[in-house]
Amino acid sequence: MLDQRIKPIVMPKWGLSMSEGKVTTWLKPVGTRLALGEEILEVETDKIAGVVEAGDAGTLRRVIGEPTGIYPVKALLGVIAADDVSDAEIDAYVASYVTPAADDASDQETGPRYEFVETSAGSIRYAKRGDGAETVVLVHGFGGDLDNWLFNIDTLAGKTRVYALDLPGHGQSTKAIGKPSLATLSEALIGFMDAVGVDSAHLVGHSMGGAVALQTALDAAERVKSLTLVSSAGLGAQINGAYIDGFVAATNRRDLKPVIEQLFDDPNLVSRQLLDNVLKYKRLDGVAEALSSLARALFANGRQANLLAQGLAGMQQPALVIWGANDRIIPSSHAPVSGKARVEVIEGAGHMVQMEKANRVNDLILAHVKGPNRST
Amino acid sequence: MSSNPFPLAKAELLQAYRTMRTIREFEERLHVEFAKGDIPGFVHLYAGEEACATGIMMHLTDIDRIASTHRGHGHCIAKGVDVHSMMAEIYGKETGSCRGKGGSMHIADLSKGMMGANGILGAGAPLICGAGLAAKFRGDGGVGVTFFGDGASNQGTVLESMNLAAIWNLPVIFVVENNGYAESTSVDYATAVDSYVDRASGFGLPGVTVDGTDFFAVYEAAGEMIKRARQGGGPSLLECKMIRFFGHFEGDAQTYKAKGENELNRATRDCLKMFAQRITHTGVITAAEFAVIDREVASLIDDAVSTAKGAPLPTTRDLLTDVYVSY
Amino acid sequence: MARNISFKQAINEALDLEMRRDPTVIILGEDIVGGAGSPGETDAWGGVLGVTKGLNAKHGGRLLDTPLSESAYIGAAIGAAACGMRPVAELMFLDFMGVCFDQILNQAAKFKYMFGGKAKTPVVIRAMIGAGFRAAAQHSQMLTPIFTHVPGLKVVCPSNAYDAKGLLIQSIRDDDPVIFCEHKNLYALEADVPAESYAIPFGEANVVRDGKDVTIVSYGLTLHRALEAAERLAKSRVEAEVIDLRTLSPIDLDTVIESIEKTGRLVMVDEANPRCSIAADVVATVTQNAFEALKAAPQMVTAPHTPVPFSPVLEDLYIPSADGIAAAVSKITKTALAA
Repeated sequence: MLDQRIKPIVMPKWGLSMSEGKVTTWLKPVGTRLALGEEILEVETDKIAGVVEAGDAGTLRRVIGEPTGIYPVKALLGVIAADDVSDAEIDAYVASYVTPAADDASDQETGPRYEFVETSAGSIRYAKRGDGAETVVLVHGFGGDLDNWLFNIDTLAGKTRVYALDLPGHGQSTKAIGKPSLATLSEALIGFMDAVGVDSAHLVGHSMGGAVALQTALDAAERVKSLTLVSSAGLGAQINGAYIDGFVAATNRRDLKPVIEQLFDDPNLVSRQLLDNVLKYKRLDGVAEALSSLARALFANGRQANLLAQGLAGMQQPALVIWGANDRIIPSSHAPVSGKARVEVIEGAGHMVQMEKANRVNDLILAHVKGPNRST
Repeated sequence: MSSNPFPLAKAELLQAYRTMRTIREFEERLHVEFAKGDIPGFVHLYAGEEACATGIMMHLTDIDRIASTHRGHGHCIAKGVDVHSMMAEIYGKETGSCRGKGGSMHIADLSKGMMGANGILGAGAPLICGAGLAAKFRGDGGVGVTFFGDGASNQGTVLESMNLAAIWNLPVIFVVENNGYAESTSVDYATAVDSYVDRASGFGLPGVTVDGTDFFAVYEAAGEMIKRARQGGGPSLLECKMIRFFGHFEGDAQTYKAKGENELNRATRDCLKMFAQRITHTGVITAAEFAVIDREVASLIDDAVSTAKGAPLPTTRDLLTDVYVSY
Repeated sequence: MARNISFKQAINEALDLEMRRDPTVIILGEDIVGGAGSPGETDAWGGVLGVTKGLNAKHGGRLLDTPLSESAYIGAAIGAAACGMRPVAELMFLDFMGVCFDQILNQAAKFKYMFGGKAKTPVVIRAMIGAGFRAAAQHSQMLTPIFTHVPGLKVVCPSNAYDAKGLLIQSIRDDDPVIFCEHKNLYALEADVPAESYAIPFGEANVVRDGKDVTIVSYGLTLHRALEAAERLAKSRVEAEVIDLRTLSPIDLDTVIESIEKTGRLVMVDEANPRCSIAADVVATVTQNAFEALKAAPQMVTAPHTPVPFSPVLEDLYIPSADGIAAAVSKITKTALAA
């Protein structure tokens, strides 16, 4: 049908709270023949700057979203179509396009974007999306929060039930950590799973969260169906101590910017809004103590205190290890591990590979979780 | 040994004398040194008024707070501020109680509850209301005493503070040091009421007037008010009628005074002489015992002056420090 | 998900959280509870515009309504601070500074220095500032330059609810005397504010909009006029960087200079009267310290040298407007503005 030859480029929804975004720049002019996955425009949200990739192959026929313009999620920003589609048909398509109403009407999701639950570790903020036979729990890293998964959670929720939590000391969860250690964080994760009634799940952990997931698999194997370790701590001794110290010490944007830029292969992803959000978090009462005590316990002097690679090698659960080739925080050389773990090192990505190469990472996670040897 | 008819033990009487003598010597010596031109700025001398500060301060401890006036040396000494650091401060030296950055009019020692001599007349009254408020919240029975002169008693700050202390039942004493002159203006001209007790009752506080040159009168009246305040009985006003031997400030030609007024006062209303005479008359303490204190105090003041003269000045760096706790 | 509360509520929250955390925090002011001694309700007002409403129920005994005696109760707050408490005194309108200025100027501001470092006066004086309320000449002034001028005082002036909460919490925790200015016309303005406690450091300006063509600096209400101007300028393809000073003493001019090194052009917007204003202070300091980076003369957009008029049509002319700001930018970027 005519409709299928005309593909809209729409404002994406990155993350749970996004309702609108700003078009920054078009990377390709009208008339370009686009391949699937090609980067076509830059968009900025209140959380991050990012790139929209072509969801379809075809020619870029219409550019509608204007630079500096702000558009709601799913608004029409451009049109891709085959060369033989006439301008009149495209005009008609554009004229009749209606931006779907925000969120709740069209999503299957109802209920709040974030929730809070009392656990053995205190109050934990989390998001729960989607449904499916498999349950995935996403665990962020040092200084992060559940929005580190903003490019992943909705895609994963399309096929699985997804939980993403803020660890103690982070996000909007309780800031008191107790004794700072991987064991404490792992207990908090298990306590969270208890509180929300998850018996066992596929754990996906990033950076320090990877070490937490790995520790959990070692301490409470029956709770863990599989492991996905993304740019994970715990697999080697090296870590960028200057980054950790810089992150803990920075109290203003000027000091924080060069630190945060190290997380990404492309520092242009670090928008002013992203830095402001990190600063707002760091100013909360209790955060400075939580971060510095964790840094002292886990990453003192640029060395990782917990080395769990042996444990991973001996694990029964299927394991997937993903890394960005240009990771400046934890070297990608930690990735190849002995044992049965599948390893994927992705080019053109840094420590935040789950953001920079979200599509690829999402595909890998879904394949791992739904793999042929999964029990349902 | 004669029996002691006074409300203080012999040791306390000796202490009172020592305090008053220290104030007297301190001020008399400043009068001499100032005339030599060594002391920067202005000094305002308390000589002749010693009985007031001493009679009141003997009831106070370090948890109690006082706010003083521009004429603050007597209050400082009676409250226990170190004489050497006071002298060094007056000379503007780095070893002074305020590191040379306050001078005579701003000597303070918060560790002794001395919230500062104050160049702004009447400004201490609200501050002492704050001290009284803090004492109430702490519940430690502490009191605040604010000193101000017959002139400053007409400042709005003083009148507002009297009302505030009364409505909040604060443990504070308002002391009017009525020496008859506000700079050169007499109290008869500047103050409409004849007695400050009338003002007190007009504001809802109890008030008493005493002869401020009579140590025992001051001691007794102050004692009652301070005890009442400690027990939650609220504020009071104490008017002490007294005389100052010197001018408003050193350099004051004092032409507003009557001929021979200072000489007559020194001869007939010297609170120290009258205190000593009254006690030696009963034999509780002898003149010789007092003379020992006189000599000790003279040598203390001597030493304070020579130490101050030899002490280092503040450096250029000191100009910029201590504006804030942190900036 | 945003937790939107008003500037006024943010201040109430900051006071509540700090009173819970620290028993030496007390609040004094006229009608801050309301109804004292009167036959009707207590907490009748909770402040003349309701900012402190509800606190008395949670912290009764630590909120003290005062008589009409600014000298006495502002002085008492200062004295109590020097004796170990952390009072937050409300001077209802900063315009009333005249009746209690000695206690602030010659007492609180001077203790630490005059007493050789041996005093600490952790008092916060909260006051309403600013025009636009039709409250006329004696209830609408900024007066921020007068306090900024005094060594020993800190001066804080948030422009939004998030900053208001974090800066008030910081002010209460700070060990120096702080004048905390609340623009009365911002009280209803909402923003996303965390429920938790957080403190924003002093001396840190906030870049609220990035741009490459001109730097517009302001604080308080006119920060929002600057943002409006920036939106209008964007339509003429002039991209303005907008900086919110947040605190006037200490002031962060490093951030301003860093911006000027990028844009080369400065427009400083100040609702205070022009002589000896914050605008004059910022422009003079930046010109002296970053002259080589400037491509055009810095511009000051301020209120006129008049008292605040009553009639709305006049008061609206008094406050620097988005159009006035855009015109100043247009002048130094030599661009005509799109209609």
